[in-house]
Amino acid sequence: MAAVSMVVSLDPNLTEIVGLSLQVSLGAVAIAAVIGLPLGAAAALFRFPGRNALVILLNALMGLPPVVVGLIVYLAISRAGPFGVFGLLFTPAAMIIAQVVLVTPIIAALTRQVIEDLWFEYEDQLRSLGADPAKALPTLLWDGRFALITAVLAGFGRASAEVGAVMIVGGNIDHVTRVMTTAIALEVSKGDLSLALGLGLILLTLSTAVNGAVFLIKDMAERRHA
Amino acid sequence: MNAPASILPLKLDNVSFEAGGKRLIKDMTCTFEAGPRTVIVGPNGAGKSLFLRICHGLLSPSAGKVIWQNTGQTDPRLHQAMVFQRPVMLRRSVTANIDYALKLRNVPKPERRQLIDESLSRAGLGRHRNRPARVLSFGEQQKLALARAWALKPQILFLDEPTASLDPAATHSVEEIIQAIHQQGTRIIMTTHDLGQAKRMADDVMFLNRGRLLERAPAEKFFDEPENDLARAFVRGELLWWRLGKDNKRNQKRPNNEE
Repeated sequence: MAAVSMVVSLDPNLTEIVGLSLQVSLGAVAIAAVIGLPLGAAAALFRFPGRNALVILLNALMGLPPVVVGLIVYLAISRAGPFGVFGLLFTPAAMIIAQVVLVTPIIAALTRQVIEDLWFEYEDQLRSLGADPAKALPTLLWDGRFALITAVLAGFGRASAEVGAVMIVGGNIDHVTRVMTTAIALEVSKGDLSLALGLGLILLTLSTAVNGAVFLIKDMAERRHA
Repeated sequence: MNAPASILPLKLDNVSFEAGGKRLIKDMTCTFEAGPRTVIVGPNGAGKSLFLRICHGLLSPSAGKVIWQNTGQTDPRLHQAMVFQRPVMLRRSVTANIDYALKLRNVPKPERRQLIDESLSRAGLGRHRNRPARVLSFGEQQKLALARAWALKPQILFLDEPTASLDPAATHSVEEIIQAIHQQGTRIIMTTHDLGQAKRMADDVMFLNRGRLLERAPAEKFFDEPENDLARAFVRGELLWWRLGKDNKRNQKRPNNEE
């Protein structure tokens, strides 16, 4: 009931937490997509020494433990770390960095598979028209856009549900770095299970809404282009 | 603007192709002068599609050479096109599919527009110009593949069984487009399983079997009196492998026997 009344009354604390959660997750997914889509496509299209190792690494990194990522990012951006000078620790930027590290391999690995399948279908035709793998890369990313949306959504799912890494590098500071997942963890540890459950339902609703909206857009576009 | 130097005749000098330890194309030597339409026939596995891919540069020969002319003055890849058995369309509009091919050849934008209009109207696809290419029927997609190739103004066009999955009406339309492309001066080299189509389309015929060129002759001569016994069996519609087996048995029993 407490959670429902907070949602109905648009509680400022709650809206702040929801807003920051979306900002961090969507920001991280956007950056991870910018890195992961071309990286995955390049792994699919180019032949170079160590390509197989890269593919195996990308697949393995899909299952990166968030707390390990949180710890590595923490060490990198803490005052004693190589990037300590930027003062990023316990800021939303640190949380975005940690989630980018988590999400990029997911998007890259799924992209590689999609683009490899497309290249198998298109290779003769594109080569015949004069496209080498470098020229084919943007073409295939555009032509695979509907399947790649699923890859990006998988990344969003990982980012929005993630708690370990953002807890370590963000610190769960009220009004600064508190997001839905860290707030739920906090309320559970305080014993306020009904509030934690309410927050969980809101997170689930938001995640479903984002996925639903993207699915509808994808479905409409896919029907248009057969 | 000067016309580009001709890349023809195309010469194949003792070309072989190996894959998985098997020789799939064997010692192929032939020349394609500018002008006539060559139709390549032969049973499945004869190497027809492989042969086209090697000529077009999609595959490199394991031995021998594919020789184009005037390579010092022009890039032969810019003056060829190929249409495949199954049309591959990008997920964009009909117009954008042709535009993409022209962009890859660095054709300036105003010229691209004109070429797209011309090729679509010649292929009878003008009314579909803004539709997504993949919603077109299979036959229309194949016509679009031909229009895309036509817009590139190739000196030589390779066609790999372009009507293999089409009904007679669509086959007729595609054949008309191929004839029109040829009449504009493009050298045509196509493969087909359809002997009727070979008779309609060929000026000269190449007969391939098991990776070897067994006969090449003007179309009329090939269909009236093929010299090679396998070619004769093929033209008569006999099953080659059955015939081969029978001949081999007969030859084993009577090695000196002549047919």
